[in-house]
Amino acid sequence: MDGIQMDLLEKVAGLHEIPTGAYNIRANGKSAARNTTENIDIISKTDKQGIDIIIKAGTKNETIHIPVLLSESGLQEMVYNDFYIGEDADITIIAGCGIHNEGADSSRHDGIHSFFVGKNAKIRYVEKHYGEGDGNGERIMNPTTIVKIEDGGYMEMDTVQIKGIDSTKRVTKAVLKDNATLVIKEKIMTHGHQTAETDFEVNLDGENSSTNVISRSVAKDNSRQLFLSKINGNNKCAGHTECDAIIMDHASVSAIPEITANNIDASLIHEAAIGKIAGDQIIKLMTLGLTEEEAETQIVNGFLK
Amino acid sequence: MLELKNVSYRVSDENQEKEILKDISLKIDERFVAITGPNGGGKSTLAKVIAGIIQPTQGEIFLDGIDITNKSITERANLGISFAFQQPVRFKGLTVRDLISLSAGTKLSVDGACQYLSEVGLCARDYVDREINASLSGGELKRIEIAMILARGTKLSVFDEPEAGIDLWSFNNLIRVFEDMHRKVQGSIVIISHQERILNIADKIVVISDGKITKIGTKEEILPEIMDASTECKFYKGGC
Repeated sequence: MDGIQMDLLEKVAGLHEIPTGAYNIRANGKSAARNTTENIDIISKTDKQGIDIIIKAGTKNETIHIPVLLSESGLQEMVYNDFYIGEDADITIIAGCGIHNEGADSSRHDGIHSFFVGKNAKIRYVEKHYGEGDGNGERIMNPTTIVKIEDGGYMEMDTVQIKGIDSTKRVTKAVLKDNATLVIKEKIMTHGHQTAETDFEVNLDGENSSTNVISRSVAKDNSRQLFLSKINGNNKCAGHTECDAIIMDHASVSAIPEITANNIDASLIHEAAIGKIAGDQIIKLMTLGLTEEEAETQIVNGFLK
Repeated sequence: MLELKNVSYRVSDENQEKEILKDISLKIDERFVAITGPNGGGKSTLAKVIAGIIQPTQGEIFLDGIDITNKSITERANLGISFAFQQPVRFKGLTVRDLISLSAGTKLSVDGACQYLSEVGLCARDYVDREINASLSGGELKRIEIAMILARGTKLSVFDEPEAGIDLWSFNNLIRVFEDMHRKVQGSIVIISHQERILNIADKIVVISDGKITKIGTKEEILPEIMDASTECKFYKGGC
């Protein structure tokens, strides 16, 4: 890996060097480095781009890194990653995609990640998107996430896209069985002429299944955001979706929550709020000695923290 | 010393003009100055004029001889003016520690933030990393607001009705906080209040009504007068 790629690796995965434990680093369309452990196997797909990540039942406290780095302008790829998480496992997966585009052509990474979360397994999935480079070429990412959680399974998905991605369309679809839980926390900041669309659909099929879909976003300049969140309560279940957005400059934000109860014992809530930074908040921080710009930065950083 | 010279504040809406502050001239260099008077009389507006949140339409303001009339909120804050809001502001995402750190002007450790929070009776460790959001009660927010002023430690601190909502904690503690604050900073503390117990510690009481200073003097001079005015009694006895 070269310097640009190492820098992207630090931005998307917080890694300063090759990690320990299981990992697969994909750089410019090829596997750049891989390591497996006794409990975690990573196998390249033979029919298409991508990998299968197989986590043995009962694996505890292991972390898997699967960063994707694109530093070649104009590179476009579609990758399929399937995660099989064995029963009773308790693991963290750190994904992330960094694009460095100095050229005039669009760089694009589309990924379809499928998670099969076994009975009583617990997984935390962290995904960070980051783009940089001075070229005119667009930096595009379209992640699709398919989640199936078996009885008693738990998945937490933290996604962050703070800077540099010109266009993104995120689709997440989940099906939960009995006593399964899915928590999604999304953070997005767009600026310039960027667009970001997120589309969540959670099917609460199992008894006592639950989900919490939380999005916090900041839209600056002329950027546009669309947040769609759909929860279907098909059994005795609990669902909550919340979109909280700060709008600045000439940006535009749409939040469209949709909750459907198909069972008398389904309990579903949606909340959505969009607004500019409250004048009082800026004034308060100015009375502490911050300038208006510093106050705004503090408020935005705190909101997305 | 803070000095206001002939300060007026006029607002116009549609076809009528209203004068909220009328030719206020006032010097503040005592330890504690209490500003009192009926609701809607202009007390909070005056506090905002001092902090720079409201720009007066006429008159001048000096801090230690420096003309601050046209200085921004930020500049005044950096010159040594602190202002505790009557209704503290909530911030989604910012924590108690963030705000106390911004007030102190340095990134504080848990212990550092604790030092100020324990002064206002908040068991600090439970609070430092809580967000300043709707999960905090009005009384808790008021106390955090006071802790922020303590952390700033400036030569002039203005409190807009600090007593509202802090009944669970008690006035005695609030008064002790003000006294400690004065001892440490040796500055002036201006408190807008209706409460007799707060007026009682003031070196000077200013009564503002209908945008004008109607009375000014020591507590010995002013308190008996306003306590006798039966219509206002309920305020000062803690009725509101």
